[in-house]
Amino acid sequence: MWQRETFKKIKQVPGEEHVLPGSALCAGCGGLESLRLATKVLGDEVVYVNAAGCFTMLAAYPYTSFKGSWLYTTMGSAPAGAQGVRDALDVLIAKGRLPKSDNLKVVVLGGDGSTYDMALSSTSGAMHRGLDFYYFCYDNEAYGNTGMQLSPATPYGARTATSPCSLQHPSGAAQEKKDIFEIWRAHKPPYIATVAPRYPLDLEEKFARAAAFTGPKMFLALAACPTGWLYDPGETPEVAKLAVETGLWPLKEAIDGVVTHTYVPKRKPVEAYLKLQGRFRHLFEPIVQTEAIQHIQARVDAYWERATREGS
Amino acid sequence: MDSQMMTGNLAAAWGARLADVDYIPAFPITPQTEIVEALAKWCEGGELAARFVTMDSEHSMMTAAGAAEATGARVFTATSSQGLLYAFEVLYSISGWRAPLVLVNVSRALAAPITLESDHNDVLAARDSGFLQIHAETCQEVLDSILMAYRIAEDERVMLPVIVNLDGFSLSFTREPVSLPDPEQVRKFLPPFRPAHLGFRASAPHSLGVAVIGGTPYAYFRHQMHLASINALEVHREAAASFEQLFGRRYDVVEGYRLDDAEDVLVMTNACSSTGKAAVDVARAEGKRVGLLRLRMIRPWPADAIRDALRGRRAVAVLDQNLAPGQGGILFQEMAASLYHEVERPRALCSFIGGLGGQNLSVGAFHAIFEQTAKAGVSGKGIGPVLLYTQAEHREMTQLQMVAAGSVKRET
Ligand SMILES: Cc1ncc(C[n+]2csc(CCOP(=O)(O)OP(=O)(O)O)c2C)c(N)n1
Ligand code: SF4
Ligand SMILES: [Mg+2]
Repeated sequence: MWQRETFKKIKQVPGEEHVLPGSALCAGCGGLESLRLATKVLGDEVVYVNAAGCFTMLAAYPYTSFKGSWLYTTMGSAPAGAQGVRDALDVLIAKGRLPKSDNLKVVVLGGDGSTYDMALSSTSGAMHRGLDFYYFCYDNEAYGNTGMQLSPATPYGARTATSPCSLQHPSGAAQEKKDIFEIWRAHKPPYIATVAPRYPLDLEEKFARAAAFTGPKMFLALAACPTGWLYDPGETPEVAKLAVETGLWPLKEAIDGVVTHTYVPKRKPVEAYLKLQGRFRHLFEPIVQTEAIQHIQARVDAYWERATREGS
Repeated sequence: MDSQMMTGNLAAAWGARLADVDYIPAFPITPQTEIVEALAKWCEGGELAARFVTMDSEHSMMTAAGAAEATGARVFTATSSQGLLYAFEVLYSISGWRAPLVLVNVSRALAAPITLESDHNDVLAARDSGFLQIHAETCQEVLDSILMAYRIAEDERVMLPVIVNLDGFSLSFTREPVSLPDPEQVRKFLPPFRPAHLGFRASAPHSLGVAVIGGTPYAYFRHQMHLASINALEVHREAAASFEQLFGRRYDVVEGYRLDDAEDVLVMTNACSSTGKAAVDVARAEGKRVGLLRLRMIRPWPADAIRDALRGRRAVAVLDQNLAPGQGGILFQEMAASLYHEVERPRALCSFIGGLGGQNLSVGAFHAIFEQTAKAGVSGKGIGPVLLYTQAEHREMTQLQMVAAGSVKRET
């Protein structure tokens, strides 16, 4: 049974903020909330290496949301940027040109579009080389910054700007969400975790645990997205909660490849989650697409049956 | 100073070694690979105190290179052709970060069709990237240019990355005597890299490459890059003077060969300039008053030096070892733009395209260039682009086409 050791009560989450208010991101951005919580453990002695996406607007001249440092790279190579920064910091410290006290954590910030496809080569390379860094993927399940197009993280049944509902595809997106957790796990990094903003203690605990590992520390954060998922910004906590409680967004970690589910939900029917969001409305109106909904439910059930069987 | 026989590639590796670089991200590609192989060995053996990392692509390689330079390390890397283009968007990021690393490009023609041999479409594709460009003629110049490149790039008035170009095969794999500068003297020429405006540190946070909103800040930062690039002309002059004083070799942004009384001037770059110079000697022996102008610095574009060298000439021929399909020679366009405002501009400008993908530049080709240029000078009517292709090449190609069509077997 997985247990939190550092963060048992909400009171233990530090009050100090490290993502400062006033950015250009949308109200109710679940990705930003996940990051805000993560920085409570990461702190300010960080250099963020960013890939093109919504988070790019977190540092827009002459402002930045961070007290730490920032390097915007490209959509496809933020982990390679992290490699360059990490290596240079190490070399400069080893050569006595940078005091150890000036060292920084290197944290990649990438969206799902970047993470699941374009930056996969550079992520794979960084993991393979055992780069000591954090990867923070905020997964809003689409290319958000360009206006919500289908990405490899888009789940079956979601409507996006490039997976509209049509006669041929009444359910919207026809393909399943790519399993990036397992792709990462195949690289055997010391630490991988999924997190969700509505589960702050679980999230904080995972960042605290990750800190003990040298090497790639990979995080996949649910980025409930009012703008793209089409719900009221005030409902982000509820959407994030139902993603977990329906079993669609499993909370888990993998240490040296061994998977543990950190929370096992009682599993509400997926409709509860789907119904909240405009991107799934076509599954319920004008007629209920029972088959599509059952398909989604069956996938979740199969996932958890396998997890139970494997005892993870 | 001892002289050794070495290839252009090894000379490039020595340039990085003598510059005492801190970091080398790498990815293999012919004809560049020998450079990073040599550096990997030295990093492993401790001759060079740098970290060497094999990356997953040139796109990643250039990102890591720029990011490390932006963190405050002195960075070297090398590529060719497809690799340079694979990294293309990152080139613009690095210059925008004002990260003064040095990239060696070993020129190789671009696919398709795929080939390993040289021309300059790869490096010239990067002409608008914000990188400075120095194109070398000899193995010695490759090494020396790398040292000069770091000095110029890291100057506070410049702070821009540099590409040093050498030709694949004709330089990369050709051995020439190279004098290795004394490391002590190099340290005098190239002070340690201690950038005032770069670096990420806990005590001094810094945001780089950030978004801007609207054209006002965008244009401001782009103008800054242009002005810094122009500054490199003066910084190059200073560096050249200091280099000559310490090492006895002199490099200017352009090099004139037998220009004094030349009526007509052939303009070239890189290793094939040596062939061009030999052709000038032949033509001189026949009594023709011709000379050669080699462009060494391509970015910033040395417009004044070009005008000074070509003012009052009868005719100028530009031999481009590149082809912009539908337009012609890339350097020809820039030469024409530079000379237009010159009151005593040459009467005729001629554009020749040759040496594509390692295509041979024969004595006959140069003879034709000089003949046609002289005629253009007399008539005052420029020509081109002339696509150089000899009858022998035509015959060989016809043969290949017949083989491809299956109508004959290849003669061996
Ligand atoms: C090479 C390249 N191709 C396309 C783009 C355009 N682009 C910018 S952000 C973005 C979407 C990124 O999606 P994701 O990684 O999911 O991040 P999000 O926008 O959802 O935050 C795209 C396609 C780009 N910046 N670079
Ligand atoms: S579009 Fe979605 S992910 Fe992007 S900033 Fe807005 S809420 Fe966040
Ligand atoms: Mg996204």
